[in-house]
Amino acid sequence: MADTILKELTLKVWRQKDAKSKGGFETYKVHNISTGTSFLEMLDILNEQLVSENKEPVAFDHDCREGICGTCSLFIDGRAHGPDDDVTTCQLHMRRFKEGATITIEPWRCGAFPVIKDLIVDRKAYDKILQAGGYVSVNTGGIPDANAIPISNDNAEEAMDAAACIGCGACAATCKNSSAMLFVAAKVSQLALLPQGKIEAARRAKAMVAKMDELGFGNCTNTGACEAECPKSISIEHIARLNREFLKAKLKD
Amino acid sequence: MSNFLSSSIGKKVIMSLSGLFLIAFLCVHLTLNLFLIFDNSGELFNHGANFMATNPVIKIVEPILAIGFIIHIIWASILTLQNQKARPIKYAQRNQSQNATWASRNMYILGGLVLVFLVIHIYNFWWNIKVTGNLEAVVVDGVEMENTYLLVSSLFKSSIVYCGLYIAGAILLGLHLTHGFWSAFQSVGFSNDIWRKRLSALGYIFAVIIAVGFSIIPLYFMAGLGN
Amino acid sequence: MSIIDAKIPAGPLKDKWSNHKAHIGVVSPANKKKLDIIVVGTGLAGGSAAASLAELGYNVTAFCYQDSPRRAHSIAAQGGINAAKNYPNDNDSVFRLFYETIKGGDYRAREANVYRLAEVSNAIIDQCVAQGVPFARDYGGLLANRSFGGALVSRTFYARGQTGQQLLLGCYAAMNRQIEKGKIKVYNRHEVLDVVVVEGKARGVIARDLVTGKIERFGAHAVVLATGGYGNVFFLSTNAMGCNGSAAWQAYKRGAYFGNPCFVQIHPTCIPVHGEQQSKLTLMSESLRNDGRVWVPKKIEDAKKLQAGTLNPNDIPDEDRDFYLERRYPAFGNLVPRDVASRAAKERCDAGYGVNNTGKAVFLDFKYAIEQLGRETIEKRYGNLFQMYEKITAVDPYHNPMMIYPAIHYSMGGLWVDYNLMTTIPGLYSIGECNFSDHGANRLGASALMQGLADGYFILPYTIGDYLAKEIQTPKIQTNTPEFEAAEKHVTDRLRKLYDIKGTKSPDHFHKQLGHIMWDYIGMAREAKGLEKAIQLIADLKAEFYKDLRVVGEFTAMNNELEKAARVADFIELADLMAHDALDRNESCGGHCRLESVTPDGEAKRDDEHYKYVSIWEYTGENKAPELHKEELVFENVELTQRSYK
Repeated sequence: MADTILKELTLKVWRQKDAKSKGGFETYKVHNISTGTSFLEMLDILNEQLVSENKEPVAFDHDCREGICGTCSLFIDGRAHGPDDDVTTCQLHMRRFKEGATITIEPWRCGAFPVIKDLIVDRKAYDKILQAGGYVSVNTGGIPDANAIPISNDNAEEAMDAAACIGCGACAATCKNSSAMLFVAAKVSQLALLPQGKIEAARRAKAMVAKMDELGFGNCTNTGACEAECPKSISIEHIARLNREFLKAKLKD
Repeated sequence: MSNFLSSSIGKKVIMSLSGLFLIAFLCVHLTLNLFLIFDNSGELFNHGANFMATNPVIKIVEPILAIGFIIHIIWASILTLQNQKARPIKYAQRNQSQNATWASRNMYILGGLVLVFLVIHIYNFWWNIKVTGNLEAVVVDGVEMENTYLLVSSLFKSSIVYCGLYIAGAILLGLHLTHGFWSAFQSVGFSNDIWRKRLSALGYIFAVIIAVGFSIIPLYFMAGLGN
Repeated sequence: MSIIDAKIPAGPLKDKWSNHKAHIGVVSPANKKKLDIIVVGTGLAGGSAAASLAELGYNVTAFCYQDSPRRAHSIAAQGGINAAKNYPNDNDSVFRLFYETIKGGDYRAREANVYRLAEVSNAIIDQCVAQGVPFARDYGGLLANRSFGGALVSRTFYARGQTGQQLLLGCYAAMNRQIEKGKIKVYNRHEVLDVVVVEGKARGVIARDLVTGKIERFGAHAVVLATGGYGNVFFLSTNAMGCNGSAAWQAYKRGAYFGNPCFVQIHPTCIPVHGEQQSKLTLMSESLRNDGRVWVPKKIEDAKKLQAGTLNPNDIPDEDRDFYLERRYPAFGNLVPRDVASRAAKERCDAGYGVNNTGKAVFLDFKYAIEQLGRETIEKRYGNLFQMYEKITAVDPYHNPMMIYPAIHYSMGGLWVDYNLMTTIPGLYSIGECNFSDHGANRLGASALMQGLADGYFILPYTIGDYLAKEIQTPKIQTNTPEFEAAEKHVTDRLRKLYDIKGTKSPDHFHKQLGHIMWDYIGMAREAKGLEKAIQLIADLKAEFYKDLRVVGEFTAMNNELEKAARVADFIELADLMAHDALDRNESCGGHCRLESVTPDGEAKRDDEHYKYVSIWEYTGENKAPELHKEELVFENVELTQRSYK
């Protein structure tokens, strides 16, 4: 429980100047890292060190640093969001690493998420999928009372399980096929479970799947890796629901 | 149903339905094979084989089966190719054993190996029965038919290599099914957190039955139990 | 003084908003299509405003520094959102919500604004449910409520511990719908660095594309700032790493007045600081105080042992535990407002009763709730929070008490706005946490989400029409004018100046220094001597910053260091303004505690006679003291009392 000090760690970090440049790994050493430090704080320390040597710091995405905004990414030692389960990279702490370890840090690798710089990738593809239909078509105002339509506790809870998605991209990044199915399924399933979302469920499923395919994500082969690496533990049962919703919608066409 | 077949989920549904069809075929095939060991006079098996060879329904199903295989293989190839393309730059380090089973990650390789086995298997039996067709005749219950039992038993008795090959084929097929069985249901949407546990348990049981069931035959002949 | 006109409508409190709406200008649908609006920030306020304005037919351009609008820091709000629905039948009403918000804010907010907020609160819940926000529900299928600090009724709607996330995803979805329709154009990874004022009116912004480093101009008929709070001036806060006050600060320098800058909220339930390398603080939802009991040891020797790590807190018997909130405030107990809870924790820790190695932590214990309600219930209510706590601290809160300590969380202060949410620059609006208007000197839990969405969904879309109705003759704003050129040059020069210092210390270094000054002198307890010292220290830091800053990387390319440098430069100036404001206000109210103004038993003492006003600061020029204006607060519907939660 008590924090200890890791005297030395070796970091193999992917560096890439910009989207067009060819990248490569650089090796750095950091010293005296407390195990109570978060992984990103460890990178902050590396960056301070690089600045003091007048070198450009490693660019990585991060914002809330409490596991909810979905900004941070990183493929650490071969796993999305690193070796700990059910956390984002910003919640990963150095107590998961051993003294003297070599840590490999790569950006998400997925054709639909091109690298912008170093460890930062462009995840606009996820926005585009949601723009295709990940909403309920209601305008502001003129809405009946919130309690007008009761929703069973089970459905509300299951919808919430799916709605917990933070859009970090770990599912597509970790999937051996670079499939975005878990991300798409989470939204389709959430809204299909609620009476408000059911009305346009068919249109939504078709539009979002079509957009996902168009953007060059791979095809799901049900390995379940996405679920295992999802920091919010979103179940692939939502993928089954997406498959159902999609089939239902297509059969009506 | 516009663009259904070209959509990612459509392609999975094709994999799923063709896979389920092939699973049904495996059940029939295994049942028939087990005739080999339930009656070492060979009569039961020859009866069964003759039924399969002469029944008009089976004759219709046979080409459909072939098409089922071909579709399963072609779509698997398309999917695999697309999936490869979806990640142009690969990871330098991956630790996939932490998040998915080996079989689920290697379905195409497993399928490919099963295909190699299938070619040998077709050559050994189907080709000899249907094409070269110079099998000994045997009379069972007054009906003259080809002695397929002899074909099987002589193959397994003649070569330990073939026995090994068939056992390996059965195991590869079993591994393929450990993922394929459950996955087929998931792809058509017949799954949730409760049914997933049931289906994947059932899938494992089925995979073991198939692997063991098909392996028993060469072992049986190797052990000198057959005729 | 004459320039300060809050434009509060006349008439009885409960009719002000409806009368106002009935009499303000409206833009016809045909004309809305011709009008452009810039919305800076895509959190609850900005996101809901962008979506609603686009639905009305305006052409909206939205900016966020994040890689997607969905990541704005509203997403991190955990506990819930208030509304006066009175579903639990516990005698809630619009007036009660209004009253508790005014009282919770220690009577430093405008009555009319707060009443309007309470009035529209119910429509927010309806709106969110219609968008598919999966609020918690009872088994009968109706919405569930929980109670929150500072309130005597259960009026908080929640979606597990992720209410902010779900509400934000709701307005992000509404935005997405409009993006698809082409009514909103989003510029993500863009940071707005200046507001362009043409002939006295806000007509656009200058933004830096954070990917390419290019400085770009954007014109519009009106500009809405929804950039959130400036808590990061303290370096360590619960705000996201990128949260900043730059757009608001540049608006201030362009002539928008700043309201109550010293009012920041210290949240009582954050995970304590672990060391110098810490980059930010993690909030544990205030809702935890519903079931957790806050305590420190009664005996100083037990505290010493806890600090040394030689005593297990579970071994301290109940009679040796000091449940100091229940002891001091029997009526509200663990549910006192945030400022009260924070100061009480500080008081105990300063007295030596802190429970971790730094002596700056108190316990929040769920042992009693688990005994009473069972682990399953607690797991259902707070499972994700407990998991988060364990991941960060490696301590299991089901078996050991949590450790918490106050941290900077929210800024009640912000750009001064009138009743229409317009700043002192015509055409420049400020909504959500970015403005000063609704929370007075202290915000109640679950009210930030309410205010952000109220402003964005139901207030701004009406009030902005009043301004734009007079702009229908204005053609599309061209950006090739001298004003835009000058503003762009101003931004480029400012960044270039930072880039060219070529000193030895990183922006983070200065930010941390600033944070220490802020926490030590402008933190939970303030006094004149300390504030004067802080002003000097900040000036020294500023001088050193412009002498010794090092920005590595390229100027016209993605450069996180340059982004940070620009933000820190603005924070340093903002810190100075906060110190001036805190120095001026020699009373204790809400989150602002002046040690010169406390009762004999250590409670904060408000001074309504001298300080019943909003401090409004006007920028007077580089390195010059800001000028103070005052908006007198008029209370006609509530009686001013010293807040008592005893």
